[in-house]
Amino acid sequence: MEHTTINLTLKVWRQKNASDKGSFQTYNVKGISTEMSFLEMFDVLNEQLIAEGKDEPIAFDHDCREGICGMCSMYINGRPHGPWHGTTTCQLHMRAFKDGETVVVEPWRARAFPVIRDLVVDRRAFDRIIQAGGYISVNTGNAVDANAIPINKKDADNAFAAASCIGCGACVAACKNSSAMLFVSAKVSQLALLPQGGPERQTRVLDMVAQMDKEGFGSCTNTGACEAECPKEISLENIARLNREFTAASLASEE
Amino acid sequence: MAKENFLTSSIGKKLVVGLTGLFLISFLVVHVGINSTILLNDNGETFNTAAHFMSHNWVIRVMEIGLLLGIIAHIFMTLKLHFENKSKRPVGYAVIDGKANSKWYSRSMTLLGTLLLIFLVIHMADFWLHTKKALYITHENENSYLEVKEAMQNPLLLVIYIAGFFSLGFHLLHGFPSAFQTLGLNHKKYTPIIKAAGTAFSIIVPGLFAAIAVALFFGLV
Ligand code: HEM
Ligand code: SF4
Ligand code: FES
Repeated sequence: MEHTTINLTLKVWRQKNASDKGSFQTYNVKGISTEMSFLEMFDVLNEQLIAEGKDEPIAFDHDCREGICGMCSMYINGRPHGPWHGTTTCQLHMRAFKDGETVVVEPWRARAFPVIRDLVVDRRAFDRIIQAGGYISVNTGNAVDANAIPINKKDADNAFAAASCIGCGACVAACKNSSAMLFVSAKVSQLALLPQGGPERQTRVLDMVAQMDKEGFGSCTNTGACEAECPKEISLENIARLNREFTAASLASEE
Repeated sequence: MAKENFLTSSIGKKLVVGLTGLFLISFLVVHVGINSTILLNDNGETFNTAAHFMSHNWVIRVMEIGLLLGIIAHIFMTLKLHFENKSKRPVGYAVIDGKANSKWYSRSMTLLGTLLLIFLVIHMADFWLHTKKALYITHENENSYLEVKEAMQNPLLLVIYIAGFFSLGFHLLHGFPSAFQTLGLNHKKYTPIIKAAGTAFSIIVPGLFAAIAVALFFGLV
């Protein structure tokens, strides 16, 4: 593939800590290979900042850099994870940008995801939702035979697709209501669809939605922005399933 | 964990919006059906008969109260959700590329609904109050057809009505399929049908309302 280099102007959100007001700073990066990932471009910028010694390097979250951990939360030119469909920031490559382009990079914005520093936000609200019910209770011991319980192909496929959610928070970042419904619906669905999730099916959905509301995420208005921006292409069908599961469990609940 | 109250949960509140929205859609079907009799061009005979039935039948009376409660619940809940949702992002983005991931009318339901509400207030002041006055106060035997025809001679009113029907059309374009999703009905086989029906409904119903208004204005019926 043709290898070219580009120059960019970056407007990056800088914020010293959670209580700092923060502001945009403008940086110029030169000679960026179009084969670099967006995070590698940030590495180059940070090396530049360290060498110049004027500004502290920019803090940003990342771990796997292969699209599976969900850490690389950056809101790029008005979209979570930038312009490519079904892609995390670490998998976004610089060939997505034109030479001389100005790129605006912001942290996820949501009351439930407060900024810790620069582009790093606190996404522990998701962990607390999982702790509220996003698991199955099993006795430990020898691993059970994977095929001991037959599961039909459709449910297995849908559960697997839901389970591919990496908890990145792009759905919340994209949503005008800061709703976490796509994430929660994926986590409820992956267990609701399988027999192993059966025993805790109703308490799980009630507890997870209650935690979601407590964390301060908004209400879904079905704009579909989450599905369009999700790097794992989690389907809105899961949100419909969550609505069904929650309504049924609420009606059936004796409390 | 202590159970959350269903009606104050995020999903419960949405369910109220969806159910009242569908209820309002059912009202639109009846309303556009009756209005369309004007297009029969029989000097409003059928229309007047229908209007008389609607204002004198007690089942319809009771349903009218239900309709009023439904619209109040719909407006109350949607505005409540609108402001709650706004508060969930105290610091906004500098750049938002909305069109990249959603439709403008899906993101503007409160604006479209508010325009619709303004239209409804004007519309009610024009006809509904009038009908009630004739029914309960002056006890006139009114000719609804002539009244509507007369009112629709005002070009300003025609413009307001057409604008109202545009708001309605876009509100429904999102609202119709959205209500089914809220009720948990999303299915590989049926959702494409619901979406197509929603699009057709959003064009045909406001289109018919508008066609009647235009036909009355130009004296075609
Ligand atoms: C004839 C009158 C109306 C009809 C038929 C109607 C219909 C609907 C429907 C079907 C929905 C979708 C519900 C869902 O997603 O679950 C909806 C949502 C909504 N409506 Fe209305 N509506 C009407 C009037 C109004 C008015 C007067 C307002 C005034 C503020 C309003 C504001 C909203 C808002 C903000 C939503 C939320 C959008 C969403 O969650 O998808 N509507 N409406
Ligand atoms: S649903 Fe998609 S966007 Fe939301 S957290 Fe999971 S992977 Fe990320
Ligand atoms: S760094 Fe792991 S998904 Fe991007």
